[in-house]
Amino acid sequence: MKKLTMLALTSAMVAGTPAMADLVFPSLSYRTGPYAAGGIPFADGYADYFTLLNQRDGGIGGVEARVVECETAYNTERGVECYESTRGEGALVYQPLSTGITYQLIPRTTADGIPLHTMGYGRTSAANGNVFSHTFNYPANYWDAASVIVNQLLEENDGSLEGQTIALLYHNSAYGREPIRTLQSLSEMHGFSLTEIAVDHPGQEQGNQWLQIRRERPDYVVMWGWGVMNQVAVQEAINIRYPMENFIGNWWAGADHDVESAGADAAGYRALNMNRLGDMPVFDEIREHVVDAGLAAGDGTNIGNVLYTRGMYAAFLAAEAAELAQEMSGEAEITAAHMRDAMEALVIDAATMEEAGMPGIGPEFTVTCEDHGGTGMAIMQQWDGENWVTLTDFIAPDDSVTQPLVMEDSAQYAEENGIEPQCAES
Amino acid sequence: MLYREAGDFSTTYGEDNQTFPIKFDRLCYYVALFVGAVVVPFLINDYWANSLLVPFLIYAIAAIGLNILTGYCGQVSLGTGGFMAVGAYTSYKLMTAFPGLDMISITLLSGFMTAMVGVAFGLPSLRIKGFYLAVATLAAQFFLVWLFNKVPWFYNYSASGQISAPERDFFYFVNIPVTGPNAEAWAKYLFCFLFVFVLAWVARNLTRGTMGRQWMAIRDMDIAAEIIGVNPLKAKLTAFAVSSFYVGVSGALLFTVYLGAVEVGEVYGITKSFLVLFMIIIGGLGSIFGSFAGAAFMVLLPVALKLLLVDSFGLDTALSAHFQFVIVGALIMFFLIVEPHGLARLWGLAKEKLRLWPFPH
Repeated sequence: MKKLTMLALTSAMVAGTPAMADLVFPSLSYRTGPYAAGGIPFADGYADYFTLLNQRDGGIGGVEARVVECETAYNTERGVECYESTRGEGALVYQPLSTGITYQLIPRTTADGIPLHTMGYGRTSAANGNVFSHTFNYPANYWDAASVIVNQLLEENDGSLEGQTIALLYHNSAYGREPIRTLQSLSEMHGFSLTEIAVDHPGQEQGNQWLQIRRERPDYVVMWGWGVMNQVAVQEAINIRYPMENFIGNWWAGADHDVESAGADAAGYRALNMNRLGDMPVFDEIREHVVDAGLAAGDGTNIGNVLYTRGMYAAFLAAEAAELAQEMSGEAEITAAHMRDAMEALVIDAATMEEAGMPGIGPEFTVTCEDHGGTGMAIMQQWDGENWVTLTDFIAPDDSVTQPLVMEDSAQYAEENGIEPQCAES
Repeated sequence: MLYREAGDFSTTYGEDNQTFPIKFDRLCYYVALFVGAVVVPFLINDYWANSLLVPFLIYAIAAIGLNILTGYCGQVSLGTGGFMAVGAYTSYKLMTAFPGLDMISITLLSGFMTAMVGVAFGLPSLRIKGFYLAVATLAAQFFLVWLFNKVPWFYNYSASGQISAPERDFFYFVNIPVTGPNAEAWAKYLFCFLFVFVLAWVARNLTRGTMGRQWMAIRDMDIAAEIIGVNPLKAKLTAFAVSSFYVGVSGALLFTVYLGAVEVGEVYGITKSFLVLFMIIIGGLGSIFGSFAGAAFMVLLPVALKLLLVDSFGLDTALSAHFQFVIVGALIMFFLIVEPHGLARLWGLAKEKLRLWPFPH
């Protein structure tokens, strides 16, 4: 026992000393627990892209990138422990992949001066950079997602959802509740009625919810699910013979593992995606430089699937920002402060994505001091029974709906916490 | 060999009844207190405070609370998580409604609020006991979590249903923040230490006074206790009140000082009730020291294991997470087989052996 405590003590001290000479990207991953199915491919994609940069290009700007993984099991208390234990190593940016942990980290990272990138999750109103100086949620956020879904449905229904019913099946947590306000505004605007149906953590038990859906037969079911909840919901929808084309998931409810178990029965199920699918040159490079070299984070089977691609996309955005930070500061070994400034000046255009071997993986967007949220565009994809296929081009959200909500919510946060606007009036 | 009683004579009943009758124990206690209150705050950094010591202290309060109810009074409770949530939401409402209020008052008021809720849910204990009571308190757990999720007033109508703690000061005249991101590690630690010290001291004295003896009488045999004049209504409800007060304070601290933002279903779910129950079972039922030992075991061991497996041995994070389950589970079984009365009893036996050394019976 004494030996064990000694070991623990020494390693804690080692963890506390900053190790320079590499770019540290902590990955608060979860490879265990009820959300592991989504956490594993995302973490693999995130780690593999940095390994690719190290192997192929010798790092970013000549400095090796180091991914420090810490297992959170999607649990906020463990997430806090992970944050505290990794930030001392010179962490450049945090991507917790959990709305709960994001809420913990927003004030902490702001106080510590480390940027937080919550891509398509977390606190939506963090898109207002004036209030949230260190939090970024480009390229899209939940309120954009809700608006994109409604825009797509409008298009399918000749511009009118008058008298239609939409049921929102959501994970009963901060994550699932995020889109409610937007959908309520949209329902008033477009005249559809909204039913909110909550599913409790972790989401295996959905009998009652689907009984209600069977009874009420809403025209559309929109799902805000994650982890094991998605698979169960898809299966339940099949069981009650709900028309799968009218069942639409958000971008965390549209991965391969969500529908593979139901297979062909789930054909027709649609979901949003903030990154494009399909074969890209970068996957071949990852197979060549990372998997074949035996350096892959996982077993290599996830390459190219939805969440792997998104994890890789997240790593790509972080790496681009790091490169920009090196250019802006003129130093190879950047700090978290340089990283933040670069993230605020980030421009992702078609050429950049093409150059990285992932043409058109996401929408083109520009980050500014006021706008940390990107364009909010997303594509609609559909499960054909064997594969996810892309249905549409990038669809824009209705900013006139989401923007006032962002402003309102962030203003409330600023008032509660006494935050002054950080962007100079221009 | 260190435990010598030679020359340690008590000449009054008071001396005979003190918490640490052996001089060496007493000294150790004072040294530990001194180190905890005066030395540690100077040495502590963010990692030690936020990952180890603050959660340990907070869970120790919860364990003492549950130990009063279950260990001393024999009323099994699975509602700890729900009662902790009552503490947390009371502090949140107080913090946002009265911005001038200091953290000590907020935390104490949260404790009182939880005590009231605890008494309400303790009422069934007059009719039912054992497993049936466990189920009744389980209902409290689910009801309270559902309530805080369902009624938007509790989370001030925020979009996501999360509550987050604004920055508030230590005490009325002491303008040092203990909540929010700008709170210093030592301030958070000292704040929790203060509560742990006072509450543990109060608990120790309650349990050896009239009230505690009534609780233990009820625990050992309620009918006999009633015959010798213990009022079961009073004894059980005071146990629920005091226990809930402690649990509420710990729930409040967990939210305000430690986490800062909380989602009720996750942080105060049924797993929290089990965690605290395991703490007192492993630490030792009916022992204040056992509450500390159990909290240390359940909070510090997983972190120590993580540091050992991931940082020292370089294991894969997922693999080490699974190893943690196995090792912690195996250790729990080992301790309970070796000593079903928990770590406190183990420690007591070790002390006894040391006192007799080198001439055991």
